[in-house]
Amino acid sequence: MRYIKSFFILCSCLCVLSLGASAGGDTTRNKTTAVADDGGLTLPGSFTSVKFATDLGRARHLVVAANGDVFVKLDKLKDGKGILRLRDTNGDGKADNITGFGKFTGTGIKIKNGYLYASDNSGVYRFKIDEKTGAVDEASVQRIVTGLWDRHQHEAKAFTLDNEGNLYVNIGAPSNCCQVQDRTKGSPGIDPCPILDSAGGIWQFKADKLNQSYGQGVRYATGLRNVVGLDWNTEVNDLYVTQHGRDMLFQFNPELYDQKAGAENPAEEMFRIKKGADCGWPYCYYDNDKKGKLLNPEYGGNRNKTGRCDMKTKSIVQFPGHLAPNDLLFYTGNSFPARYKNGAFIAFHGSWNRSPEPQAGYFVVFVPFKNGMPTAKWEVFANGFAGANINRATYRPCGLAQGTDGSLYVADDNNGTVWKISYNGK
Amino acid sequence: MKGIFFTIVLFFLLASSFTTKQQPAIKASIERGQKVYAGTCLACHQADGLGVQRMNPPLVKTKWVLGDKKALAKLVLNGLKGGEIEIDGDDFHNPMPPQKGQLTDQQIADALTYVRNSFGNKASAVTAADVKAARGTGPATVAKTSAAPAVKKPATPGKKAPAKH
Repeated sequence: MRYIKSFFILCSCLCVLSLGASAGGDTTRNKTTAVADDGGLTLPGSFTSVKFATDLGRARHLVVAANGDVFVKLDKLKDGKGILRLRDTNGDGKADNITGFGKFTGTGIKIKNGYLYASDNSGVYRFKIDEKTGAVDEASVQRIVTGLWDRHQHEAKAFTLDNEGNLYVNIGAPSNCCQVQDRTKGSPGIDPCPILDSAGGIWQFKADKLNQSYGQGVRYATGLRNVVGLDWNTEVNDLYVTQHGRDMLFQFNPELYDQKAGAENPAEEMFRIKKGADCGWPYCYYDNDKKGKLLNPEYGGNRNKTGRCDMKTKSIVQFPGHLAPNDLLFYTGNSFPARYKNGAFIAFHGSWNRSPEPQAGYFVVFVPFKNGMPTAKWEVFANGFAGANINRATYRPCGLAQGTDGSLYVADDNNGTVWKISYNGK
Repeated sequence: MKGIFFTIVLFFLLASSFTTKQQPAIKASIERGQKVYAGTCLACHQADGLGVQRMNPPLVKTKWVLGDKKALAKLVLNGLKGGEIEIDGDDFHNPMPPQKGQLTDQQIADALTYVRNSFGNKASAVTAADVKAARGTGPATVAKTSAAPAVKKPATPGKKAPAKH
């Protein structure tokens, strides 16, 4: 018995020794790279990631202030707070000081001209912020936009701002395809779709005027089912948006779309938006197999007819169906290689309406751009968020922000993880 | 004494014939229900019955599914606007299309029997008669007191968590 006991003690000692040895090995290896790639992501060569923060809850969009503080919008309160400030005080590349404010939930967050803007599901607030110190004056809160439709589906009020004092807010359509009976097989589309008067588009407001609603806003673009990713491209001074396409093509029309076609269609689309654009929802969708905009079956479509869709604004990039592009960011930093400059990063939340086919998405994509137009096919930039089971993703990318040092931050709203992605090449 | 003995024997004979008759019937209903589920329910509630976070509720180990059969049948018949279902402080915001014009009483009974006996669930069968009875009772009442008395209140104050793409 004593021998057995000794044997176990010996084994334990050996284990501890070997653990120590391997830990030592890791430390040595870490010294060779400036930042350990412990983010668990798959990235192009010379890019590395770290988990900047974890367990934040439902981290939707995020923004970085001039002093490097990262502000994250939550859509479920964490300890009574709806906005978190993540600060890296010791410069080790990870947040070590997290504070919060703002007792409302939502998705959008941006900083412009000394104000931090953040949205709930019916409008936009702003707070005074000192970007040099990251200090936010909580008492300075103002309601900029209010009273927008918040009707269950597609209610996130993602927004962006231009450099001329305008605010662009998504009002998602509380509907799949404007059917008489929403999401019901055989129910026809309402024509014209009355939802478009109050939703299914981007509304423009003034960034500094209080309590604006529909009466004070301008419907800047219509025919957009739901936009969670939007960014103002400062290189060409235009609005760009990524639309979530409709669901249920296969389930409602198996005679036109088989299971695979239903998973791949419609395309998730990126549009370059001019004032007055009509991108086609609910009448039209982009068919990835037919390579064009077609009439939806609810509006008499048979997978060949284009009808009124010929008149609609064409998208500039198309992605596979249902991947849910939840944020868009034009990269203006200098620390990534030159081909990334002014290109678009898109965070894909990942699908649910591809079933019974396997789900897909859960990655960050890059599209190279020149003069405001894409120059090559989209490519996966950051992957590995889903984990072992693609149908039950561990992390779901939802927000993107550019760091003051040109790094890229990614937020996940499933676990509340924020990654910082840096380039370490020459 | 003899009479009592025969009554007992008769009881067991009847009981066993009842269960042997019932078991294949439930099994057949579950098999039919699996097909209905695949065609009508799976797109939103998923193959594993766990739904989609904040959009389409899970069907696993929840009072909404395992509780009152009539309330459950009414919910499927008349659909939901979205936002009515709350499980452990999370809301589920996609609407559920009414099935009263899409599926027969038997199909709904089979689908519900399948759901109540799949994904780790174990509950009694729903019959076409149960669905028929629910059909005649007007719109679904999804008052949390009647359909899901034990649903937890959200732990955090403020606005309810919305559904998100």
